[in-house]
Amino acid sequence: MTSRGEATTETGQERGDPPWTVFHTGTSFTETLRRTIPAERAIYLLPIVLFFFSLFFGRYMMDPVETLRILVIGSANIFLDWTSSLLSTLSGHEVLLPSFEQTWGASEQTVIFRIRLPRVVAAMLVGGGLSLAGASFQGLFRNPLVSPDILGVSAGAGLGAAFGILISGDPGVIQISAFAFGIVAVAITYGIGRVYRNSSTLVLVLAGIIVGSLFSALLSLAKYVADPYDTLPAIVFWLMGSLSAVSGADIIAVAPPIILGGLCLFLVRWRINLLSVGEEEAQALGLDTKGMTMVLIIASTVVTASAVCISGIVGWVGLVVPHIGRMLVGPDFRKLIPVSAILGASFLLIVDDIARTLIAAEIPLGILTALVGAPFFAYLLTQKKVGWT
Amino acid sequence: MILNIEHASFSYDGITKQFEDISFSLRRGEVFSLLGRNGTGKSTLIKCILNILTLQEGAVEIDGRRVGGMRPDEVAREVGYVPQGHRSVFPFAAIDFVLMGRAPHISTFSVPGEEDYEKAEEAFARIGISHLREKPISEMSGGEAQMVMIARALAQEPSLLILDEPTSHLDIGNQMKVIAAVDSLAADGIAILMSTHFPDHAFLVSHSAAILESGRLIARGLAEDVITKENLREAYGVDVCVHYIEEAERMVCVPTNPCGYRPRGAA
Repeated sequence: MTSRGEATTETGQERGDPPWTVFHTGTSFTETLRRTIPAERAIYLLPIVLFFFSLFFGRYMMDPVETLRILVIGSANIFLDWTSSLLSTLSGHEVLLPSFEQTWGASEQTVIFRIRLPRVVAAMLVGGGLSLAGASFQGLFRNPLVSPDILGVSAGAGLGAAFGILISGDPGVIQISAFAFGIVAVAITYGIGRVYRNSSTLVLVLAGIIVGSLFSALLSLAKYVADPYDTLPAIVFWLMGSLSAVSGADIIAVAPPIILGGLCLFLVRWRINLLSVGEEEAQALGLDTKGMTMVLIIASTVVTASAVCISGIVGWVGLVVPHIGRMLVGPDFRKLIPVSAILGASFLLIVDDIARTLIAAEIPLGILTALVGAPFFAYLLTQKKVGWT
Repeated sequence: MILNIEHASFSYDGITKQFEDISFSLRRGEVFSLLGRNGTGKSTLIKCILNILTLQEGAVEIDGRRVGGMRPDEVAREVGYVPQGHRSVFPFAAIDFVLMGRAPHISTFSVPGEEDYEKAEEAFARIGISHLREKPISEMSGGEAQMVMIARALAQEPSLLILDEPTSHLDIGNQMKVIAAVDSLAADGIAILMSTHFPDHAFLVSHSAAILESGRLIARGLAEDVITKENLREAYGVDVCVHYIEEAERMVCVPTNPCGYRPRGAA
């Protein structure tokens, strides 16, 4: 994903100054640095840096170099282990590949591989996924104030989670229920849009509002009947969003849909440009607008529902991050789509680091994204280069 | 014939006809002006030609093929469309905007390549607006934006160009720039269909013209034969005079004074 994005950036770059000019001009070091590593390329390093930082940073602080060593050797050991068991099963007799010596304690192993790694990967998937979906929907609905839950996916997932908490309380059931209800909510929205025999995106937005309030009402009902000492707090906490309970298995379950949906949005990213100038114009330019609308809705919904079902409701990310992206690389979705994913992953990683370290107890993610996102959005609006009119 | 319309009828609700029994055709290099009051269905007819709306009866043929059976990208390879004004929410740079015209030539999962950039540059150069390349569309004047829209339609490499009221909302200088651009594109062999509110502009560039009134073409033919006192009174309900002005070297069409005669200098 990253490499394709960079290739696009390079084609854009060829049209600017030739690369050697920086060595002839008498500019300062920072200026040279700024021109050789433009912002949009430096962005791609951000999640990598934050990824390592988030692994050693926390209430249980670890040595950065040691963390890197544990990560590399530990991963290699896990891979070798997995390969030996695979070979054993295939060949029918015991195959034991050599493995590296584990020089660190069991607690470090647990902190890195059981606690922090799943959580860090989850933050990146959820943040990147929500931002991608948000950017795509802003293009589809030709409105920069649209967030991924405009078609009711979050309202649906919220009800689904509440339902799962009421009937079982098992994390797996809650996740599946949240995912399914999120998809169902969007399907109903799309169905209502079709009833009016109108493919207009305005009808879809209105249908989204209808479905959103219906599901919110049902969610209130679920809260009303919930046990105030047991299930009600669980519902409320889920609705505030958190990554504290994410396990490796959760990642394995949601990573494929998020990555596939994201890849789908990435592949059609240039076509979102066309859709964002208006449905009829896009059609006159040869775009199958109905098909493209459907692709965007399905891919974004799958990504959002998968993200929300492990994290709970995390607001603001899908709205604010595409704006930051637009300020950095402009409105062209060819760059905006990959940059939104990268920035969203970084943003939620930072927020989640704060959520787990700021105070002894966990701070729900939804609270922090709003606390960080809302003032930041207000600041963005005061800037000239907002990227929309 | 690049465009052939036969007995076209359209209705939004199946009861009241927007227009009916419309027939006309266009050759390559011909400029055709479609006149008519606000709301007579000029834009609807254009959308039917683009296959955005589907005709109730009759047929639209582009280069011998019925548009009804063509995919959007097949239509877009033949027909370029310049809509009436543009309000983009996102401030795309002109180059990104013109590149969109390459969409029918680019497969669904690709992005514009080197060749598409070249075609876009050619379109800029052809219209003479290469200096606008990096300017955001939102910061452009109406005239500049109109030129960029025409360049985008040209990047489609169409054989028919449809302009929906290209000179509305423009000052007189920009109106003439657009008219001159249209004329020079026709000279390259592109057929041009434009709807306009200015009968006078039909004289400037058109070879032929037609007037749409109450859902029917009340006149169709050479511009000189269509734009007459009688036809315009029927279409717009105003009196006009049509004269040859030697200094302008062309026919002009101006409305007579609707306020009654006033002596010069009177307040």
